Amino acid sequence: MTAATAGAFHDGASRSAAPNDLPRLLPRVQEGKRPQDLAAHLARHGDLPYRDRIGTPASPGALIRDIEKSGLTGRGGAAFPVHRKLTAVLEAADRRRRIPAVIANGAESEPASDKDATLLWLAPHLVLDGLQLAAEALGADTAILVTHADREHDVAGRVRQALRERVNARLDRVPVQLAVAPARFLSGQETALVNSLGGGPSIPTFMPPRITERGLGASPTLVQNVETLAQLALIARRGPRWFREVGTPAEPGSMLATIRRADGQPRITEIPLGIPLRDLLGDAAQNPTPESAVLLGGYHGMWLPAARAATLTLDNQTLERAGARVGAGIVISLPPDRCGLVESARVARYLALESAGQCGPCLNGLPRIAAALVELATGRPRPTTIEDLQRWSGLVTGRGACHHPDGTARFVRSALVTFAAEVDRHARGRCSATSTAPFLPVPAAAAETEADWT
Amino acid sequence: MSARSGKSATHAAGERLVVNPIDCEAHGACAELLPEMITLDEWGYPIVDPRPLPPGLERQARKAVNACPTLALRLLRADGR
Repeated sequence: MTAATAGAFHDGASRSAAPNDLPRLLPRVQEGKRPQDLAAHLARHGDLPYRDRIGTPASPGALIRDIEKSGLTGRGGAAFPVHRKLTAVLEAADRRRRIPAVIANGAESEPASDKDATLLWLAPHLVLDGLQLAAEALGADTAILVTHADREHDVAGRVRQALRERVNARLDRVPVQLAVAPARFLSGQETALVNSLGGGPSIPTFMPPRITERGLGASPTLVQNVETLAQLALIARRGPRWFREVGTPAEPGSMLATIRRADGQPRITEIPLGIPLRDLLGDAAQNPTPESAVLLGGYHGMWLPAARAATLTLDNQTLERAGARVGAGIVISLPPDRCGLVESARVARYLALESAGQCGPCLNGLPRIAAALVELATGRPRPTTIEDLQRWSGLVTGRGACHHPDGTARFVRSALVTFAAEVDRHARGRCSATSTAPFLPVPAAAAETEADWT
Repeated sequence: MSARSGKSATHAAGERLVVNPIDCEAHGACAELLPEMITLDEWGYPIVDPRPLPPGLERQARKAVNACPTLALRLLRADGR
């Protein structure tokens, strides 16, 4: 998280486009942009509504029913219905006679995203409320919150402080452990998370069985993104009807989005699902050039021409028409002075280096894909480079234990389409960009400039 | 969550082949024994037909499963268990 985040998360877009009561999760403007301590949190949101009842598959309890009615989906990127995960854990626990575990996933290992760190920094108690309520609904005796290792603010320290406040107030019924995920792209992937919490390396494992069936210590395990749990804590207090007051009927509620424009600084803003992308893109939507492009969904997401993106709304129903998804709410406008092809090649190289190297197609395919993209970016393509890229992208898709090869292939294919004119330009030794300074954030361990590739 | 794939002999219908890509080391025995369902990519790793096993291939499929040196190839029941 950067200083700009704390200073700018209520930007113009959220004010003008947000109806009634947004932001719901983050502190309101008049409360200041400071972290909310327990007193401030309880003053705003009220007491923690424990139900004093553990659900069973036959009678799952009021919270799970409310979550089902609310239509809440996971906010970590996959948008899986939350009540279905809760029910799956409940059923597995009952069938296998095991006490489940609950994990709040704030690993946020996607470098372009900063919304989970911002939420944990500003409103940790809302996440911790959600963790307690989910644990109660499932009868879990283990609750763990995972943060990312490498953020500008000491997010883990902030959570630790919040946990001390809660212990003193005797608020939590299930003790919460805090864990820190390594700063690697795949460490937030849920099987990697469970693997590392169980004492293994922080890399994905092969399913089946699902984590909801056999997860941490072989117990049925609920892994939910931290924002999802914060939303759950609000639904528990205010009900599903309130939750649906914003968003679309098919995809209700609000979500935290990470918006990056020309200055490259992340702005975390809470938006209603279905918001016009035009409202989030700034200049890129007002005066798009043929080179203007938008990256939706981060490094496993998709590039779209800005003119096309400006006609869409941020919800999966609409984005699916363009082959894109909301993901974890990352919306990045490529600045007019940068080259989308060079940026994509740099990110592809990072993604190839972040492969866990466990699965043959990913281990073999991703470095080749990344190298081919560099050939295009440096204007030295072989006659078969484009053809190779298309074939390898197809070959790696769906063939990993996790979705890293799929997401990387999707990102690269969308770059080839969106920056097709740029590829031609580079083949003639030209480039539309006037700046070579890296724009998309890539952790320092990976290559930063074009010179690092050769 | 009882009968694991391969251990039960009663349910031939609806089985499908799944390769654990982490365990697979590209020995290629599966593609040799079951070319109807498995081909190899340019790096020698199997591309497995995700559709249910057609009738008549069960015995060959079981042979391929048993021949995998790293036990990466499995037959899963339709319900995924």
